[in-house]
Amino acid sequence: MTASMLLADLTLMTPELMLAVGALALLLVGVYWKSELGGARIVMRLTIGLLVLAAGAAIWLAQGDGGDTFNGAFNVDAFSLYAKTAVFFAAAVALLLAFKFLEAEKLAKFEYPVLIALASLGMAIMVSADDLITLYMGLELQSLSLYILAAFNRDSLRSSEAGLKYFVLGALSSGLLLYGASLIYGFSGTTDFDGIAIAAAEAGNNVGLLFGLVFLVSGLAFKISAAPFHMWTPDVYEGAPTPVAAFFATAPKLAAMALLARVLTEPFGAMVDQWQQVIIVLAILSMAVGSFGALMQTNIKRLMGYSSIGNVGYALVGLSSGTAIGVWAVLLYFTLYIIGVAGAFAVILSMRKAEGMVERIDDLAGLSKTRPALAWAMTALMFSIGGMPFLVGFFGKFFVFYAAASAGLVWLVVVAVLFSTVSIAYYLRVVKVIWFDEPTGEFLPAPAGVAFVSRATGLATVLLLPFMIALITLVVNAGGGLGG
Amino acid sequence: MEITIGHYLALAAILFTIGVFGIFANRKNIIILLMCVELMLLAVNINLVAFSSFLGDLVGQVFAMFILTVAAAEAAVGLAILVVFFRNRGDIAVDGANMMKG
Repeated sequence: MTASMLLADLTLMTPELMLAVGALALLLVGVYWKSELGGARIVMRLTIGLLVLAAGAAIWLAQGDGGDTFNGAFNVDAFSLYAKTAVFFAAAVALLLAFKFLEAEKLAKFEYPVLIALASLGMAIMVSADDLITLYMGLELQSLSLYILAAFNRDSLRSSEAGLKYFVLGALSSGLLLYGASLIYGFSGTTDFDGIAIAAAEAGNNVGLLFGLVFLVSGLAFKISAAPFHMWTPDVYEGAPTPVAAFFATAPKLAAMALLARVLTEPFGAMVDQWQQVIIVLAILSMAVGSFGALMQTNIKRLMGYSSIGNVGYALVGLSSGTAIGVWAVLLYFTLYIIGVAGAFAVILSMRKAEGMVERIDDLAGLSKTRPALAWAMTALMFSIGGMPFLVGFFGKFFVFYAAASAGLVWLVVVAVLFSTVSIAYYLRVVKVIWFDEPTGEFLPAPAGVAFVSRATGLATVLLLPFMIALITLVVNAGGGLGG
Repeated sequence: MEITIGHYLALAAILFTIGVFGIFANRKNIIILLMCVELMLLAVNINLVAFSSFLGDLVGQVFAMFILTVAAAEAAVGLAILVVFFRNRGDIAVDGANMMKG
């Protein structure tokens, strides 16, 4: 490998290098800054800047050709660059949401933004993975940062319990994933995705390879919280500090889903008949758990946890098609879902009364009278996440269902629409509490960052409509290369 | 009797199953959960090294080295979270982690 080749490879890794070097530099800034609070504030601001810069670098790379780097271990293509851009922006928004909350809860430490940056770095590596080792290293960098973030409020029993549960189940899922990876390596003779694709195409009925794939998919299903591997989700969403839950619901979901899409369509594209059934089972179970589990919830963060399980189910319906339409539909779905969820968590973070944060759904009662702007935003966001027609979320759902239908899975689409109808019930319950219940008390004014995110995302559910064609063109360019 | 690749795979499968069952069957002590996780990862390493030797390909051993490194980091993070949990609760019983349900 000559120096110029190395330089070309490193150029394609610009966003990752910026984050890796930046995160280490920010650690130093945090340690050497005179006051603890001042250090936390400056590192927080710098990290948001760093993430936006990294997103800019990813957009800049998307203008070029990309390519396989480091002997095919790291793949920079339109798909991974799109996912990276979305992940970096989502992480920056999550930091914006955390800004004042952490100070109010006495959690303002400079480690928080650094951990978010490292988790984003892990996600960027995993969406670019073109080798089982790269996949594992990226996934673990992401997971280890997220375990710590879940337990970040270390004086709270609920937060440490959430961290502990997430850690044990996450470690179990990493074990399953690795066992799958070892079997895939053994039966295909390589860890490279291109090599595995050749082996998978040759041996259509290779039982060892199929076993490995099932283990690998179970490990990834944990990370995207697809049922039956979802049990950590509601607990972690409820127990972790709210900005952490907001981060969990957005960037890592998209990254893990993008990784799953790549693994299924690139190395195992030839085995679509075998994995399709697995994904369909995961999709149906997730939709069922997400729809019925959420009906009885009283805590709004827990409700969002179940909602995310259900939404992963709908995305898996699209992915189960195994076609290029499925891949880009999933990207579109998650882009719109992230906008909705970031907004919903901004509203949850606005729920602060004089005695502190409140998180029951009933605490939203009469929001339409006390805070009309917030009430409109939450209504639009709930309907958008639920996929009501003529808000942007509808198009996400429409195209994942379209992908499944065009692959001949019409019965699955019918099932999904039924579950979707059930899930509308609990989104409507939130809306009913906001508009028809009597106010029980007024919220304190939200911090500027939170208010900005809730308003911007609420408006985006409507204002993005004229730009849907442009957005769809973008995801088609990004995801169209994958899948048969 | 000659030891073949099948024997190694069977050993790894048994160790891995013990690890998984340990996580679900153990109700007493969270440290045992950490040991079970470690057992799973080591079972995977046996798999990888056996395959590597069988295929005459070094990548498996490189992968095993990566897993060992990450397992150490994972144990450090896990123990740190465990200490935080212990300071808040006063014990480390698995049944005690039940603040949130439903």
